Amino acid sequence: MKVSIYRYNPETDKKPYMQDYDVDVPADKDLMVLDVLNLVKEQDVSVSYRRSCREGVCGSDGLNINGKNGLGCVTPLSEVKGGREKLIVRPLPGLPVIRDLVVDMGVFYKQYEKIKPYLINNTPAPAIERLQSPEDREKLDGLYECILCACCSTSCPSFWWNPERFVGPAGLLQAYRFLADSRDTAQEERLANLDDPFSVFRCRGIMNCVSVCPKGLNPTKAIGHIRSMLLANAT
Amino acid sequence: MVKSITNLSRSGVSDWLVQRVSAVLLALYTLFMLGVFWATPDMTYELWRQLFSTFWVKIFTLVTLLALVGHIWVGMWTVATDYLKNAWVRFLVLCAVAVTAFVYLVAGVAAVWGV
Ligand code: SF4
Ligand code: SF4
Ligand code: FES
Repeated sequence: MKVSIYRYNPETDKKPYMQDYDVDVPADKDLMVLDVLNLVKEQDVSVSYRRSCREGVCGSDGLNINGKNGLGCVTPLSEVKGGREKLIVRPLPGLPVIRDLVVDMGVFYKQYEKIKPYLINNTPAPAIERLQSPEDREKLDGLYECILCACCSTSCPSFWWNPERFVGPAGLLQAYRFLADSRDTAQEERLANLDDPFSVFRCRGIMNCVSVCPKGLNPTKAIGHIRSMLLANAT
Repeated sequence: MVKSITNLSRSGVSDWLVQRVSAVLLALYTLFMLGVFWATPDMTYELWRQLFSTFWVKIFTLVTLLALVGHIWVGMWTVATDYLKNAWVRFLVLCAVAVTAFVYLVAGVAAVWGV
């Protein structure tokens, strides 16, 4: 099958280009996109991409596959639109390319850091641990599972236009994860930090984030919850 | 907290509320106007004038006019901050939007109050 890969080495190339490879894929197996990349690498060792766990838990191999963001390791060819005829792999859109399929996630992590992704609680710590009722714990389902692969934020037009100012779906999902945690006491400050016209409100409800998340999470819904909290807090 | 000094109210949530509430008002006014035209198939200048000299129609029109100005600003400001990356270009475009919205407001108030 034909595989077309985005190539760019800033040290030697003036411009990025697409390079085509012919790869033999076994007809009886539904390979993952990452497997195909590995076959390409057998032909050409200079092709660069990130991967680690190869089972959808580390979030390293977020890629743009035939136009849609996803994790190479858990995206079977059968799920790629037109993937049986031709596979086109590009880096995640909107982030600076370091080399080939490897992007600089700096701005993505900066947005994550901004929402203070840790529990804040200034009450004296109990002897063993801060308890949480099963009901309160349940509120974190669909939030804590995020692996920060950046598939969502890099598919979001609002994040492309304002990556420095709009927190983006991944960061906002985590912002809500801590806003919703019964053990966190910094709700007010967290909300105050989000009440500007960019951090949350740049979300236009396009829902690209929801359609690409490989973990099936729903950042748009979380953003809606944050908006309601901001509204309830300020009216 | 991201700093911004050109949006309508400094606060994201209140801009957002303005945008939603003004959208509802604009929709209601549009329905009202469609209703008026539907109920009076042969509209004359006299009837039109009579309509706009009614106190509540004046109030409704002016409120909608204010909503329109708010809606224009929040919307155009958002579009400008998405797509215009040069700060000077953005500032000039926003100035033009502000002047236009102001002209709408003054001309609208003058027209409605003049009846
Ligand atoms: S929300 Fe989903 S797509 Fe976004 S970073 Fe987390 S796991 Fe990846
Ligand atoms: S719903 Fe919001 S965060 Fe998600 S892709 Fe659309 S604009 Fe971005
Ligand atoms: S390699 Fe870890 S998520 Fe794909």
